[in-house]
Amino acid sequence: MSVHTLSVLVENKPGVLARVSGLFSRRGFNIESLAVGPTENPEISRMTIVVAVEDLPLEQVTKQLNKLVNVIKIVELEPSSSVQRELMLIKVRADATVRSQVLETVQLFRAKVVDVSPEALTIEATGTADKTSALLRMLEPYGIREIVQSGMVAIGRGAKSITASAIR
Amino acid sequence: MTSATSRARSRSAGSPAGGTAKPAAPKPAPPAGTPIRVTGAQSLVRSLEAVGVEVVFGIPGGAILPAYDPLLDSTKLRHVLVRHEQGAGHAATGYAQATGKVGVCMATSGPGATNLVTPLADAHMDSVPVVAITGQQTRALIGTDAFQEADICGITLPITKHNFLVTDPAEIPRTIAEAFHLASTGRPGPVLVDIPKDVLQETTSFSWPPETRLPGYRPTLRPHGKQVREAARLMTRARRPVFYVGGGVIKAKASDALRELAELTGIPVVTTLMARGAFPDSHRQHLGMPGMHGSVAAVAAMQRADLLIALGARFDDRVTGKLDSFAPDATVVHADIDPAEISKNRKADVPIVGDCKEIITELISAVKAEIAAGHTAKLDDWWTQIDAWRRTYPQGYDWPKDGSLAPQYVIERIGQIVGPDALYVAGVGQHQMWAAQFISYEKPGTWINSGGLGTMGFAVPAAMGAKFGRPDKEVWAIDGDGCFQMTNQELATCAIEGAPIKVAVINNGNLGMVRQWQNLFYEQRYSNTDLGTHAHRIPDFTLLAEAMGCVGLRCETKEEVDEVIEKARGINDRPVVIDFVVGKDAQVWPMVAAGTSNDEIMAARGIRPLFDDDDVSEREL
Repeated sequence: MSVHTLSVLVENKPGVLARVSGLFSRRGFNIESLAVGPTENPEISRMTIVVAVEDLPLEQVTKQLNKLVNVIKIVELEPSSSVQRELMLIKVRADATVRSQVLETVQLFRAKVVDVSPEALTIEATGTADKTSALLRMLEPYGIREIVQSGMVAIGRGAKSITASAIR
Repeated sequence: MTSATSRARSRSAGSPAGGTAKPAAPKPAPPAGTPIRVTGAQSLVRSLEAVGVEVVFGIPGGAILPAYDPLLDSTKLRHVLVRHEQGAGHAATGYAQATGKVGVCMATSGPGATNLVTPLADAHMDSVPVVAITGQQTRALIGTDAFQEADICGITLPITKHNFLVTDPAEIPRTIAEAFHLASTGRPGPVLVDIPKDVLQETTSFSWPPETRLPGYRPTLRPHGKQVREAARLMTRARRPVFYVGGGVIKAKASDALRELAELTGIPVVTTLMARGAFPDSHRQHLGMPGMHGSVAAVAAMQRADLLIALGARFDDRVTGKLDSFAPDATVVHADIDPAEISKNRKADVPIVGDCKEIITELISAVKAEIAAGHTAKLDDWWTQIDAWRRTYPQGYDWPKDGSLAPQYVIERIGQIVGPDALYVAGVGQHQMWAAQFISYEKPGTWINSGGLGTMGFAVPAAMGAKFGRPDKEVWAIDGDGCFQMTNQELATCAIEGAPIKVAVINNGNLGMVRQWQNLFYEQRYSNTDLGTHAHRIPDFTLLAEAMGCVGLRCETKEEVDEVIEKARGINDRPVVIDFVVGKDAQVWPMVAAGTSNDEIMAARGIRPLFDDDDVSEREL
């Protein structure tokens, strides 16, 4: 199975998320990650949906998504021609003896420390899934207390944009 | 679920769909676009009037009560008070199938709304334009498990084309306009509009037409020219082509165009369960119905085809049998208005998205261009083969050995005596298949049934809806004794509200289709399929009919069949129920067992034409 990133423009109306997620489960597809947020147009939201499916079922799920009345536009974003990011907050055990080592790792990954306490550091990292998982591997030996991770968001490279106005 | 405080109403049994005088004087319509002050409920009724609704099937109750008050004053809307919300939903479906217009049903919140779930799922599977209006608890109580609260939008999410929860009375006209637009355009389907009670009570402004805004809804109607030309090229070069016609052709009102295209190309036609009547049964090019209980000629022709032209069909498992071995040699042209249907089950070689009527019309021009360029399909050998199948395996039946009445004979005689102008509405099961096989359909819209969902109990309420939609037509419900006991309460509605339908109960005392499967696949172990209708005559269908204000007739022998049908036809002031007591061992043939290949079609038990004849057909082709 291959991983696909769908950028979906939807009307900003109550229940749209339920319609979209319900469609995936009903048709037997698993959502790897899903991020929803406003767009430049307050009436329109964007969902970035990551699914692991073969090409043929992907075509079917895209067509079914397109049938939802509140779905305006669907674009598949190829990893090579898009910027894909996820945000991770990591609380790692770091007392005075290892704090400087942890800080070194944070710098190496160009991550940030957003909270400090005598026992722990909270780190904010953004990047591709590869980068955040590499950071996690490096931090693991110190003891990870908690991870909070966002869904993937993605945007196409270059000047072209995916907006609802483009279809009108 | 009906509120004790609901207003008592009386209505004399008049002619269906109008004709009943109402006390209120008609209000002059305000000029288009000028807003007027009304309640949400008045706005709803005015919106329904404005979109052209004539009949609403429903039952009032607490949350929808405000809407029923202005309904009493409407001179344009006829409300038919049904006995169960499921009846309202199927009636709306029958009305829509008979008229091509949007069927409308109305129910209160909670149980009223959940009783609509089955008919909505049914309409969704069969792409029938239906709008359901439901009352909902007041806005402040939503989500608190209040009395008669059900999240009907959540419940019907997967079984409607779309649904709305209206939270602002100002949105009512726009929502109704959008609901009717969604239900009736593109691939039709059911739309539910859920309106909280306080939204119906609040004062708001009404103006018509409202501005609709559906940025995500743009059905493709015009087909792609290149694909149409490619289809025409294939159609004029194929050696064993078949038109695989589905219900979309009827919905697109494309029957005349289909006939022109079929006659232009000489290609054989099969019509699916949802498409019976889309092409005349009497036409030489018509091979009958494909699928599990299709004719041998139709099934065999598709299996041996080198080109399938699917028009408004969706390659349902009941048509294809085991998908891997369905029409193995065929190139597939798939035309449908819903892009998601194309290549869903069977990969289309030539996909065409659009309205069937437009597609067929453009195909006609494209085929004419091919013919003008000297390309015509030579189908003589193909027709020789097809005619051999038709000759060897005609649609037929045996009389039961125990001397009982053959159900197929009853249905066949109804079709022959009543003729092709009547509307035939079936339930689900053996009687439905026999009604599809043994009645000759000549016109689109004369056959109404529950295809996709297979809803037992569909016939009586759907026939009622059809009769309200087409009061000029003779409407026959062909029902089974199992189905009939699920929804016969609507006979009371028919009797009181004036829908003189005929109901032929094909009473074999059993859940016949299930019994057939038990006979074939469960070693004749008849677990819970004997309804006792024969052994105990409970219920006595003639007495039940009389109790419901209908005429009850019974027929038990071949000699009585014609007479009782004629007698029923002569009664038009009330509904008629005929209890046809038939043998319980009759079976539906031909049959492709579920999950097996269409190659294994059995014309009758143990007779497998495509296996037995394989070397013959290979040689002839």
